[in-house]
Amino acid sequence: MRADRRRLPWAPARGLARFGLGWLSFAAFEELLATLGRNRLRTLLTGLSVAWGTFMLVLLLGAGKGLENGVAWEFRGDAVNSIWFWTGLTSVPFAGRGPNRDIRFKNEDYGALKRELPGIERLSGRYWMWGEFSVRNGDRRSAFDVIGVHPDERYIEKTLLIAGRYVNVRDIAERRKVAVIGSLVKSTLYGREDPLGKLIEIRGLPYRVVGVFQDEGGEADLRRIYVPITTAQLVYNDPGRIHSLEMTVGDADTAASTVIELEAHRLLAARHQVSLDDRRAMRAQNNLVHYKKIASVITWVNGFVWFVSFGTLLAGMVSVSNIMLISVAERTREMGIRKALGATPFRLVGMVLSEAILITSLAGYAGIVAGVALVEFAGGELANAPFVRQPSVSLTVALEAMALIVCAGALAGFFPALRAARVSPVVAMREGNP
Amino acid sequence: MSQIRLRRLNKSYGTGERALHVLRDVELTIEPGELVSIMGSSGSGKSTLLNVLGMLDDYDSGEYWLGDQLIRALPERLAAQYRSRYIGFVFQAFNLLGFKTAQENVALPLYYQGVARRKRNQLALEYLDRVGLAARAHHLPAELSGGERQRVAIARALISQPKLLLADEPTGALDTHTSYELMDLLDEVNRSGITMVIVTHEPDIAARTQRVIRFKDGRVVPEGDAASHAS
Ligand SMILES: Nc1ncnc2c1ncn2[C@@H]1O[C@H](COP(=O)(O)OP(=O)(O)OP(=O)(O)O)[C@@H](O)[C@H]1O
Ligand SMILES: [Mg+2]
Repeated sequence: MRADRRRLPWAPARGLARFGLGWLSFAAFEELLATLGRNRLRTLLTGLSVAWGTFMLVLLLGAGKGLENGVAWEFRGDAVNSIWFWTGLTSVPFAGRGPNRDIRFKNEDYGALKRELPGIERLSGRYWMWGEFSVRNGDRRSAFDVIGVHPDERYIEKTLLIAGRYVNVRDIAERRKVAVIGSLVKSTLYGREDPLGKLIEIRGLPYRVVGVFQDEGGEADLRRIYVPITTAQLVYNDPGRIHSLEMTVGDADTAASTVIELEAHRLLAARHQVSLDDRRAMRAQNNLVHYKKIASVITWVNGFVWFVSFGTLLAGMVSVSNIMLISVAERTREMGIRKALGATPFRLVGMVLSEAILITSLAGYAGIVAGVALVEFAGGELANAPFVRQPSVSLTVALEAMALIVCAGALAGFFPALRAARVSPVVAMREGNP
Repeated sequence: MSQIRLRRLNKSYGTGERALHVLRDVELTIEPGELVSIMGSSGSGKSTLLNVLGMLDDYDSGEYWLGDQLIRALPERLAAQYRSRYIGFVFQAFNLLGFKTAQENVALPLYYQGVARRKRNQLALEYLDRVGLAARAHHLPAELSGGERQRVAIARALISQPKLLLADEPTGALDTHTSYELMDLLDEVNRSGITMVIVTHEPDIAARTQRVIRFKDGRVVPEGDAASHAS
């Protein structure tokens, strides 16, 4: 029999089929599409569950990212590692002195901090030029906030110079009448004109414009004018007065930052003889601690988002598994027939697997696309919402999730397919109708 | 050389006390080109025998020679290969895939032989034409009559140019007239040189074959006794 075995011209297995990989070939793909097309409902159901899974995943990840960006945005204006001190009236008697004493920072406090606390990276005082006055350039006038500062204020306030320079040490020492103006001040008073070197009149006195700045902190910060703090003290005839003190702590962590805050607070409280607990007399705000607190909330929220996303993904997996199991069970007879017609078990396994993989990857992709579209849309709609900003999804994460769900589909299809492929065709064909 | 030789072939379903001994020391020889029918009461093991012959099922002891090849505990992959090259099946229940057209059903065995789609569709159409159904190529099985479905099944069995065609009650679901038409077709196929084994309950179908093998309780009834069992 072997001797007279007919060699049909097409009988030798071709291409991939020769290596037992027929199910990877283009022909297998055509066969697969035909089968899927004929089982539209099942294909649709499997696809829907997978698409829903990836859709939810993308949505949740996008929301998490939006929240994270939103918080970062809330802190954008100031250095996150800054500590601020304010003063007021004492509320309790301390060291033999009565309440309602007016506590005021002085230049000496600035000097003492600078001298005694090496942990401070940048240090600046502020003197707010209060009262009603206008700022003008020739005919154009308007009201702006004018603040006396030290040179380091630039880093604490995260001011971005776009032209000229900031207040420097010599400005402070010589009490120069110079001004660094915000971009909105510039556009209001100078239009397209270059303001550098021009005079600007503040509260009746001329200052020379030496710099123009931007600030991410928002419009209010752009309507500011910075002058040397000593100049401000001089024109208000308020020698040595500082309204508030601000400092940054470099790359100190939360604990180190808290220590520096406490040391500074102790030093200032001792100098003014106020209780450390008297929050009305002297108050501190540590932005790093504040930021870290919110950041840890964000970490928790993100952890939760991942947990829920993973759950959604898992639900998608289970649903793929279920549908693949049903699909394989109801097709035992079909497999028996295919076997009788010459299909090897390997090809049947491949058939079921590639079905599962094709459905899940197409549907998963659709879900991701829909999710990304919604996240982008929401990003536009929520542009001004607090604590949510630029929700977005990293493509890598989305693709990883998809790879995971495809693997899950394949895994779910694998064992049922293997069992079905092992069943004797005689038994398989006895079951139900094809 | 004989096409098929069975030597003391045994097969049981189940094990131990509940084992059902279905084929008992079956001895059988079928020559190339023969048209043989197998008759016997229900449950006598005819289908089981046919499944063993078609390598769809294994057996417990004895020998099954297909040509010069001993068929015994073949790995599934090899069995599938032999099946697709040498054997065609026709079943009582047709066993067409309901979601494939007549043409696609007929082309399926060639798919598993790695034949390109264009080629196998063209061949499928040729074979449908041979059974007189070229006009129905694009119909689903549900849209065909029983006789037409069985002719599609025959075209599918023939497309891989098998040496052996196994038919399990091919006319079992058809009326007498259609049955005779189908037998004409099978006759013609046999004359083209294909060995054929037909299991049937119908004496008039059996009468149209060259040799009738009678089956009783899993055994072949010896030739001499056959007359006394014939109804
Ligand atoms: N997979 C199986 N497991 C257990 N018993 C089986 C199996 N297949 C068949 N049998 C039993 O083996 C015996 C022979 O079955 P078989 O199908 O070969 O009979 P048959 O001669 O074809 O009968 P019929 O004319 O009714 O088709 C029967 O008693 C049947 O119940
Ligand atoms: Mg039977």
